[in-house]
Amino acid sequence: MNAAYREPDVAALKARAAQLRGTVVTMCHDSSSAHLGSSLSCLDVLTAAYWHVLNIDPANPTDPDRDRFILSKGHAAMALYATLANRGYFPVEELKTYNQDNGRLAEHPPANLLPGVEAATGSLGHGLPIGIGMAVAGRIQKRNYKVYALLSDGENNEGSVWEGAMFASAQKLENLCVIVDYNKWQATARSNETLMLAPLAEKWRAFGWDAHEIDGHDVGELARRMQTLPNGSGKPVALIAHTVKGKGVSFMEDDNNWHYRAPTAEEVVKAHKELGLL
Amino acid sequence: MRNAFADELTSLGNDDPRLVMLSGDIGNKLFDKFRAAHPERFINCGVAEQNMTGVAAGLAMSGMRPVTYTITPFCTTRCLEQIRTDAAYHDVPVTIVSVGAGLAYAGLGPTHHACEDIAFLRAIPNMIVIAPGDAWEVRAALRAVMQQNKPAYIRMGKKGEPLVHKGRLENFKIGESITIEQGSDVCLLSTGNMLPEVVEAAHALKAKGVSAEVVSFHTVKPLDEKRLQDAFSRYKLVATIEEHSLIGGFGSAVAEWIVDAGIAPKKFLRFGTPDAFFKKSGEQEFAREQLELTGHQIADRILHKLA
Repeated sequence: MNAAYREPDVAALKARAAQLRGTVVTMCHDSSSAHLGSSLSCLDVLTAAYWHVLNIDPANPTDPDRDRFILSKGHAAMALYATLANRGYFPVEELKTYNQDNGRLAEHPPANLLPGVEAATGSLGHGLPIGIGMAVAGRIQKRNYKVYALLSDGENNEGSVWEGAMFASAQKLENLCVIVDYNKWQATARSNETLMLAPLAEKWRAFGWDAHEIDGHDVGELARRMQTLPNGSGKPVALIAHTVKGKGVSFMEDDNNWHYRAPTAEEVVKAHKELGLL
Repeated sequence: MRNAFADELTSLGNDDPRLVMLSGDIGNKLFDKFRAAHPERFINCGVAEQNMTGVAAGLAMSGMRPVTYTITPFCTTRCLEQIRTDAAYHDVPVTIVSVGAGLAYAGLGPTHHACEDIAFLRAIPNMIVIAPGDAWEVRAALRAVMQQNKPAYIRMGKKGEPLVHKGRLENFKIGESITIEQGSDVCLLSTGNMLPEVVEAAHALKAKGVSAEVVSFHTVKPLDEKRLQDAFSRYKLVATIEEHSLIGGFGSAVAEWIVDAGIAPKKFLRFGTPDAFFKKSGEQEFAREQLELTGHQIADRILHKLA
């Protein structure tokens, strides 16, 4: 256990995750955009990261000693925007401009435009190598920051992910953590029926990583696990977070139609009720 | 060019603690001096160029000055999306240095030929594209890109090319071409490792009574528009010469500029490789001869066009 370990306030984290889910459902309706299911499945990871794990200061978003979090699965931008705004990187009011003309909140996170976005993503398989570069820079510069990259399960289809996986373990980057949002779906099909990922934790282990399978909706466990870097093993850490696509809204859970569909006004109300927000 | 690059890199690395060298598992012994002096800043990234380029972008985003290096197709075309999205879109100072440009590795076959890289890379926003004409230009180009804050591509030949310049270039500027020989009839704009052939072409033309100006147009992007304006106003024939496809390369860039600038060129010739893979075995000299890119062949075609 490292010196900075703190026990998370699980009730507060759960309440925050529910609030963010409600925000994202509204954003999706208002913008008629895609990727709601993917945004809901990773929100507990984002909540644990931004409200418990990361050493960050939204007032100083480019502090060279800050921890880095890269949303490699850039299509879940709604979840990242809701998180960053509520964490204080930019006004919550700006979330209304998501996917609107002339805004900063495009359907994938932009480069050098929005505070708190560490790397522009959207093309899959890019976030991990960029994060690795940041981790190597931290080592060269003798800074103690940590780097987190959140990948989708479908993203594990990309060869560049496995190039990075081999590189990071060869380099013994123990300041690096990958979280795989393993919701068992990709855009059009079950992930294991598209390219065989299973056994996913064993794959990461075989590539030289310290890998753990966890419940990706147990926000307390996510918060506890993510702050254990470096873990003394000399290996980067992969957390295979088992999640449910559309998590938190019963009629969206594990239904891949919500990869592309946006909710109606009635469905938004129903979702907010289920999330305990109404 | 290759040895000059390694030597200059070591010297720059001694002065700048931000410089990080990333190699795609080539350059056996080439970087021994750099590696010995800065072991933590030399990384063999293996045969994994997509990751290497993404890592370089992450390093650059964190205040470092990474240089990626491998054979031309592999550090350009192989990882084009990482160059575009990770380095150029973020507008961070990743320097891509490739070895074996054009037909430098002719004998290794079309997998190792690189006649499309300028086209690909110059289409990417924010990218600087430099094709040095000799080893001295390689050194100067590397030094120059390290002094600015943009993604850049330096396209080298291989080792042992003839030197055109006599020594270190003190006034090298990105985007500013260098006059190698002065002449009054025709202007030969050379980019990259064709420069020695172009000098030879100029000498062959002189023997036939044609005075040729030779310009090393080492930067393809941004173009030295002032020099182009001058060339197209003063000479009865202007030619671009490159070891790269006629589609999308330096000659294309000049042709685009001509149209946009509203120039009516008197006579304009583009020398480059055709829209075809060169599949025959043989070394660079043979390939150039087959594709009519030797100095004498260039001179002959210019004389024909003047006639």
